[in-house]
Amino acid sequence: MATSSGAIAATSSQSRLLQLSLAGFLGLFITGFVGFSHMEVVHNAGHDYRHSMAFPCH
Amino acid sequence: MTIFRNVVFVAALAGLLAGLVMTAMQVAFTVPLILQAEAYEGTGEEGAAAEESHDHGAAGHSHGDEAWMPADGLERTLYTALAAIVTGIGFSLLLVVGSELVGGIAGWRQGLFWGFAGFSVFTLAPGLGLPPELPGMPAADLFARQAWWIGVVIATAGGLALIALTRSAALAALGAVLIVLPHVIGAPQPESHDTLVPAHLHHSFVVAVTVTNLVFWLALGAMVGVLRPRFAQGLGEPQSSLA
Repeated sequence: MATSSGAIAATSSQSRLLQLSLAGFLGLFITGFVGFSHMEVVHNAGHDYRHSMAFPCH
Repeated sequence: MTIFRNVVFVAALAGLLAGLVMTAMQVAFTVPLILQAEAYEGTGEEGAAAEESHDHGAAGHSHGDEAWMPADGLERTLYTALAAIVTGIGFSLLLVVGSELVGGIAGWRQGLFWGFAGFSVFTLAPGLGLPPELPGMPAADLFARQAWWIGVVIATAGGLALIALTRSAALAALGAVLIVLPHVIGAPQPESHDTLVPAHLHHSFVVAVTVTNLVFWLALGAMVGVLRPRFAQGLGEPQSSLA
């Protein structure tokens, strides 16, 4: 796959996957918290946004 | 952690810009319809009807009751903007990570395709079973709807990935089945759809939500495509398997 320095690419592919997963979980956490939290304060603050994104609300 | 840093940086910048676009569109197009619908909410018999058809439990919906909520006007708009930008960055992270897993977005044009995929996964597919709701409209149990929403998003994303990223007809067929399946199961629906919110208002809202989300996702995808090459150290050369 990688065009340069095969050895480095091989060792770093696992780390690459780990780092991408970490960033992905961060994204899930952020979106989930704002869009899905049942905390009333979060719900009220993001109310218009949640409706405008068609997140299940109320 | 170079990759993590670059991914977060590209995603944050693209999400911030697309979130600002989203805020402007929401303020212009969707929020006025929400405010109109709120005039029908909790008036007359609708409150009682809503109580029968919703089952919120103790920590349910709370317009006007004890919990803090932003004051109407500027404060409310600022919180809408905050939610749009924060979530824009969240969606942006998911888009960047998803695309990096299969080689990265090569430019704005490919970004538009990825943006359209994001729109299909997060707006179009959930919206078929659970159309955007205005305040004051009856809906099924919140947990059930959230569970269906998450299920349809995962199934649609998986289905699209099988269709777009594999070369096998059998896997593509499986992808199509995955996309259709949540709609065969069906989204949780309220016992009654009766509401005082006029149908034309709801129709306008569905159109406004769908179109604003489309623009958000296209802007986000294109922005990621433009920004990525500038922060691509460690991300590798894009592989143009798409577009």
